[in-house]
Amino acid sequence: MKGKVWKYGDNINTDVIFPGKYTYSPQTPEEMAQHALEDLDPNFASKVRQGDIIVGGKNFGCGSSREQAAICLKAAGVQAVIAKSFARIFFRNAINQGLLVFVDEDLVDHLSQGEEVELDFEKGVLESRGARFRLPALPEMVVEIIRAGGLIPYTKKKLSRQKK
Amino acid sequence: MGQTFSEKLLGSKAGQKVKAGDIVIVSPDRILSHDNTAAIIKSFRELGLKHLPHPERLVVILDHVVPASSEKYALNHKIIREFVKEQRINNFFDVNYGICHQVLTEQGLAAPGKLIIGADSHTTTYGALGALAVGVGRSEVASVWATGEIWLRVPETIQIQLEGSLPPGVAAKDIILSLIGEHGADKANYQAVEFAGEGATCLSIASRMVLCNMAAEMGAKNGYFLPDQQTLDYLHQRGVEDYEVINSDPDADYRERIILHLEQLEPQVACPHSVDNVRPVSEVEGIKIHQALIGTCTNGRVEDLEIAARILKGRQVHPEVRVLVIPASHQELIKALKKDLIDIFVEAGCLVLNPGCGPCLGAHQGVLAPGEVALSTANRNFRGRMGSRDSFIYLASPATVAASALEGKITDPRKYWS
Ligand code: SF4
Repeated sequence: MKGKVWKYGDNINTDVIFPGKYTYSPQTPEEMAQHALEDLDPNFASKVRQGDIIVGGKNFGCGSSREQAAICLKAAGVQAVIAKSFARIFFRNAINQGLLVFVDEDLVDHLSQGEEVELDFEKGVLESRGARFRLPALPEMVVEIIRAGGLIPYTKKKLSRQKK
Repeated sequence: MGQTFSEKLLGSKAGQKVKAGDIVIVSPDRILSHDNTAAIIKSFRELGLKHLPHPERLVVILDHVVPASSEKYALNHKIIREFVKEQRINNFFDVNYGICHQVLTEQGLAAPGKLIIGADSHTTTYGALGALAVGVGRSEVASVWATGEIWLRVPETIQIQLEGSLPPGVAAKDIILSLIGEHGADKANYQAVEFAGEGATCLSIASRMVLCNMAAEMGAKNGYFLPDQQTLDYLHQRGVEDYEVINSDPDADYRERIILHLEQLEPQVACPHSVDNVRPVSEVEGIKIHQALIGTCTNGRVEDLEIAARILKGRQVHPEVRVLVIPASHQELIKALKKDLIDIFVEAGCLVLNPGCGPCLGAHQGVLAPGEVALSTANRNFRGRMGSRDSFIYLASPATVAASALEGKITDPRKYWS
């Protein structure tokens, strides 16, 4: 899928991805998407398109365990986050929501704000400005969770298999 | 080669010998959730199960926005109460108990050798009692409710040796702020942090909780102290007998060892907008503040309130500062009452609020306006966390916050330490 790159720096925390003041009232993913990156980049939520990619520096997603940080990005249309490193809870949350996450320092340095790229998850490749990059392989269990569409559908399948 | 605490504990849960880097599938002893329980219930329902297979493992504590500040929050709490009744969850603590990390600990639900997961990043706090405690997200918790299991990667361990003892006016908060400032907010990403050395043994359980709580701000998966006599006494007082003390082997394979000399420490302040932007108080003295917060799961225990009261006693807080004092739990509030600390706060002009998270996450009870500056004993100072994205949060120890509340600007507490 094709998308545009939104590039940010190091230590992008979950409070700027999804503000705490919205966290404990019931909201749909679509409502959450309207607050995505609100305190970091007020333009993001209105301009982001299906298939866009976020590129971050070190420790992307640090801070709170709030899963809305992953849900709001996914619901806003983001297909993947590529960063130099991730905070561990965000990394798990993203996978659990079926949001692709890749750790690749060189790719982060190469990609630039606003450029159009194409990401093919099945082939594991990303195309940028005519060059092809191999995306780092994800562990088998992670791929299965992503293919199922997230942890909840994955667990549901597992439970129904156990019943049989 | 010996094994670390985390390798042993996860290995014993998994029923096999494991080393750092292995992935294990384990059953947590306790599963914590708070106001986010309603969202977890929704995911749990999607899984198609009618009943929780292990309701006794759940601990549900309402603390984030308590009592409810709006209809939305009220509905959220209502959904949780109904579920708790329906599923017969005994370890439920309603809005009158306090902050989850304090309540779970004081109720004797954290103990050595236990594996605890929580839908909150500061779940790491229970490492203070020798448990392996890890924060995860909501879907993950829903899935563990249903299956009883979670996959975890066995972490590498950084050992932090605390040498010597703290000088007057310097506290546990200054230790952890100094470590985060020196080593960065991602230093311990995916790893465990073991606090060791004679300096660690001298710290009270409350102080150990401060360090383990904020290990999360170094990115740690879990932070812990190995149990000692103090730990066992704490458990004994709460009638807890079911636990297993697990220690690291002397020849365990640590990824790194860091030594911190406590005598040389001075009070520390984390500046906006990241927890690792830390300066000694001498470099930030004089910055004007509008709100001071003494409380939260980091520093809202009676040990912290005593230090603040010692500075505020017989004095008046600055007329242009709103000073909020929020005990971490009902039990800590009672202890503070019995020690006459609450009188001191009220007489000094502080607002004493009910136990809970309060304004720590910017939802109610003292939200910041644009341009305002807060000095807080909490663990996070991210942009917008306590309200406006154009406000500023500084973090410090209860002593520094109390001294600054008197002067209306960031102040070195040692001048009030006679
Ligand atoms: S006091 Fe603050 S950091 Fe602690 S649990 Fe509550 S919101 Fe989280």
